[in-house]
Amino acid sequence: MIIDLTSTNSSEIASALLKARRNAGSPAMGMIGTIVVVVDESSHHDALKAANEAGREHPSRVLVAILRPGRGAGGLDAEVRVGEGIPGEAVLLRLHGDLARVPESVITPLLLPDSPVIVWWPGGGPKVPAEDPLGKIGRRRVTDAAGTRRATEVFKTRAEGYRPGDTDFAWTRLTPWRALMAAALDQYPTIVRGAEVVSAKGNPSADLMAAWLQCRLGVPVEQKQSRGPGLTAVRMFTPAGPIALTRPDGAVATFSIPGQPDRPVALKRRTTSELLSEELRRLDPDDVYAQTLACMVEREEMPDRAKVVDHTARRSDQTAAEKAAARTAGVAGKAASPTLEAKAARKTAAAAKKPGSASKTTAAAKSARKAVAKKAAPAASTKAAGTAATRKSAAPRKSATPRKGAAAGAKKAAAKKSAGKRVAGRS
Amino acid sequence: MTAELEEESTGPVNPLRDPQDRRLPRIAGPCSLVIFGVTGDLARKKLMPAVYDLANRGLLPPGFALVGFARRDFSNQDFAQIVHDSVKEYARTPFREEVWQQLAEGFRFVPGDLTDDAAFKHLRETVDELDVNRGTGGNHAFYLSIPPGLFPQVVEQLSKSGLADDVHGSWRRVVIEKPFGHNLQSARELNHVVESVFPPEAVFRIDHYLGKETVQNMLAVRFANSMFEPVWNSHYVDHVQITMAEDIGIGGRAGYYDGIGAARDVIQNHLLQLLALTAMEEPVSFDAWSLRQEKKKVLAAVKLPERLDLHTARGQYAPGWAGGVKVQGYLQEDGIPKSSTTETFAALRVDVDTRRWAGVPFYLRTGKRLGRRVTEVAVMFKRAPHLPFTKTETEELGQNALVMRIQPDEGITLRFGAKVPGTMMEIRDVNMDFAYGGSFTESSPEAYERLILDMLLGDPPLFPQHTEVELGWKILDPVINYWAEHGKPEQYDSGGWGPDSAHEMLARDGRAWRRP
Repeated sequence: MIIDLTSTNSSEIASALLKARRNAGSPAMGMIGTIVVVVDESSHHDALKAANEAGREHPSRVLVAILRPGRGAGGLDAEVRVGEGIPGEAVLLRLHGDLARVPESVITPLLLPDSPVIVWWPGGGPKVPAEDPLGKIGRRRVTDAAGTRRATEVFKTRAEGYRPGDTDFAWTRLTPWRALMAAALDQYPTIVRGAEVVSAKGNPSADLMAAWLQCRLGVPVEQKQSRGPGLTAVRMFTPAGPIALTRPDGAVATFSIPGQPDRPVALKRRTTSELLSEELRRLDPDDVYAQTLACMVEREEMPDRAKVVDHTARRSDQTAAEKAAARTAGVAGKAASPTLEAKAARKTAAAAKKPGSASKTTAAAKSARKAVAKKAAPAASTKAAGTAATRKSAAPRKSATPRKGAAAGAKKAAAKKSAGKRVAGRS
Repeated sequence: MTAELEEESTGPVNPLRDPQDRRLPRIAGPCSLVIFGVTGDLARKKLMPAVYDLANRGLLPPGFALVGFARRDFSNQDFAQIVHDSVKEYARTPFREEVWQQLAEGFRFVPGDLTDDAAFKHLRETVDELDVNRGTGGNHAFYLSIPPGLFPQVVEQLSKSGLADDVHGSWRRVVIEKPFGHNLQSARELNHVVESVFPPEAVFRIDHYLGKETVQNMLAVRFANSMFEPVWNSHYVDHVQITMAEDIGIGGRAGYYDGIGAARDVIQNHLLQLLALTAMEEPVSFDAWSLRQEKKKVLAAVKLPERLDLHTARGQYAPGWAGGVKVQGYLQEDGIPKSSTTETFAALRVDVDTRRWAGVPFYLRTGKRLGRRVTEVAVMFKRAPHLPFTKTETEELGQNALVMRIQPDEGITLRFGAKVPGTMMEIRDVNMDFAYGGSFTESSPEAYERLILDMLLGDPPLFPQHTEVELGWKILDPVINYWAEHGKPEQYDSGGWGPDSAHEMLARDGRAWRRP
């Protein structure tokens, strides 16, 4: 049932809701709360659709506030929807003129009693959500940093204005990624010496991912750009090689752990309604998000030099030696049965013989060396003794790892050794 | 029994895990699931869709593998097709091609007979191949979706082919479905067979009722609220009715059902578990061990009435009309001998001998081809000690009741008296409903999903242990033996609510069954 109300007020809307509910035979009102959607005219349809879909898991009253500030006299038009294939109730509110500046006066009387209020800005959100007049009403304030232009900058101001109860879809989008990275360390407990996050330019989720990894692991994390879509890779560098989750196409990712075969994972970019559903599952403040935001702000304030140091630390972690070691570790892990071991040995032997692949390896080693040399100067001059120390401790270990991988071709081993020595010598 | 003294495992701490980070789901480690009897109904309708749904929710590990074992001549592709069909038909989450693709890469099929050594050798090779190509890491779960008579064979074959060997750093688990034996002795024998090969903590007994959201919600309702627990005792509760009714007959399960009957099939496991959850004391924590202690205490305190003839009832459905369809009686079903004395309806009264429940009878009933499909626990309260109304004013007022609806239409009903609008004072029973079901459960996991995931994670709270199974048989054995020695089950009308003896049984105590 749809009831149109023009030039109306909150109490008329409330009685229209009651009437519509009665007409529908008073279906049980097991609604979990009120979702206030703050949106503009052009995107209200998609937002309402997403909210209704999320409502299947969390039936709620959805109040869509379309703000149309302008010079004209203040006015309120409403459209009440009950039934119509939606699980809860929905009201579209158009606030004109002066009224658009005080939307809370319309929303407050329409909130469900004694139940949570979630305020959602699908198209970005205010800089400090908790100080927004509508944000003040909400127990949870959900913004979407990716919905704004110059997302990263806006997001950073918002991070500084964080209050308990804030969350952002940029964080929600990370959940499957974070789950897989955490699961990797569940199954493969190891030290992580550095990490890398690759994403499309200006992706706020990538900033959060980097901050989360840095905050949790206490290691330097580097961010890189790719063509996207969204996040494309997250890597954690361990002594045995990188634990990596790469998703070049936005749908299927490859999950690799040193010593184990690569595995495909369906990692689709999720729809808005799925994200909203996840947000609604927990209505208490997300403490881990708060910590991560704090880390992000900290990361932001890190001097550029520190970032450069970050960079070199990561580089030294990923020399050709490291890569080759990872590869051999992978082969050794695969060789569980004798036949396969033989196969693997043959394969590496063939690889060593092939001039192409060998030169590739040396080329890789060379470029790595170059990179190291470039960064050597600033790194040495800075006060970043900490990272130098990590390098120091990392280097001998690294030169030891290739020796373990005895199955590797002779040329590869040579490349490894020289690279390892160089790093050791420099530090 | 020293679990409370065991220290928490102090393995390496995963820096990415934080107890506060409740968004992060638990993802099972790399592993494979081997299903015996993969062409059966359960596998097709429940297990394989549950596996897909888990994958779709991102809860299965990358590289998860599903191995089917059955006496069919399928190739891996045929098998994938069968899983595909069952997933399309029965899965609860939308079909997504990319999820399917990554899952289907891990499908293997091993044809063969359960007695065939070569087939198990093939299975062994398949599993080893998965360890190498999918990285399942030697972690394998064996799901025995087969009649319990075949368990010894399979378990022995698994052990012979080295599939049950415990390798350090990996796990082997075995999953068995009810019935866990047909009396105390056979349950012990079965347990002996399984536990001779697998250690007790690697044996997972599936009682899918315990995986249901609403059953878990019973604990939340009782122990998370302050307003129910004070009345949850013999001062306020008059009696408790636990019902599991099915509107269908035995269908094609004659071979399984005849000789087993309603009491063994349902009361021994589902209804006694529901009773335990309703009657148990508050556990000190919600870990598996504490929960089990409380359940075991209650089950051990359950006593049967002295006179089994007066306080039990059984029946067989007779031919007739049920739900507008002409149906056969139990004795006319295919594959059922005319002289069968297997009951399709069973009801009994038990008492829980504890301070909390002294004098509060628990009535359990289950049956096939009853009025409608419903499972519920109804806690019936005593009438108010004094009513300041005239008798006519309260004529329509029954007992207050708190009904936990387990399925379908999951939720909770509170039944109480309210004034009928009008100038006269008239009080009538009304319902206050909390609908867990409907739109809310649409995306909540199915019982099998939850149980399969818990099993892969090695998380045991929702699985009954052998002691609980034994306690169940200890309660039920005298009833079954009594029935076996005394006469035949009574015929009851299909589509009704059971035989007259069941109604008389409650009438004797001055009570009546709820119409659920």
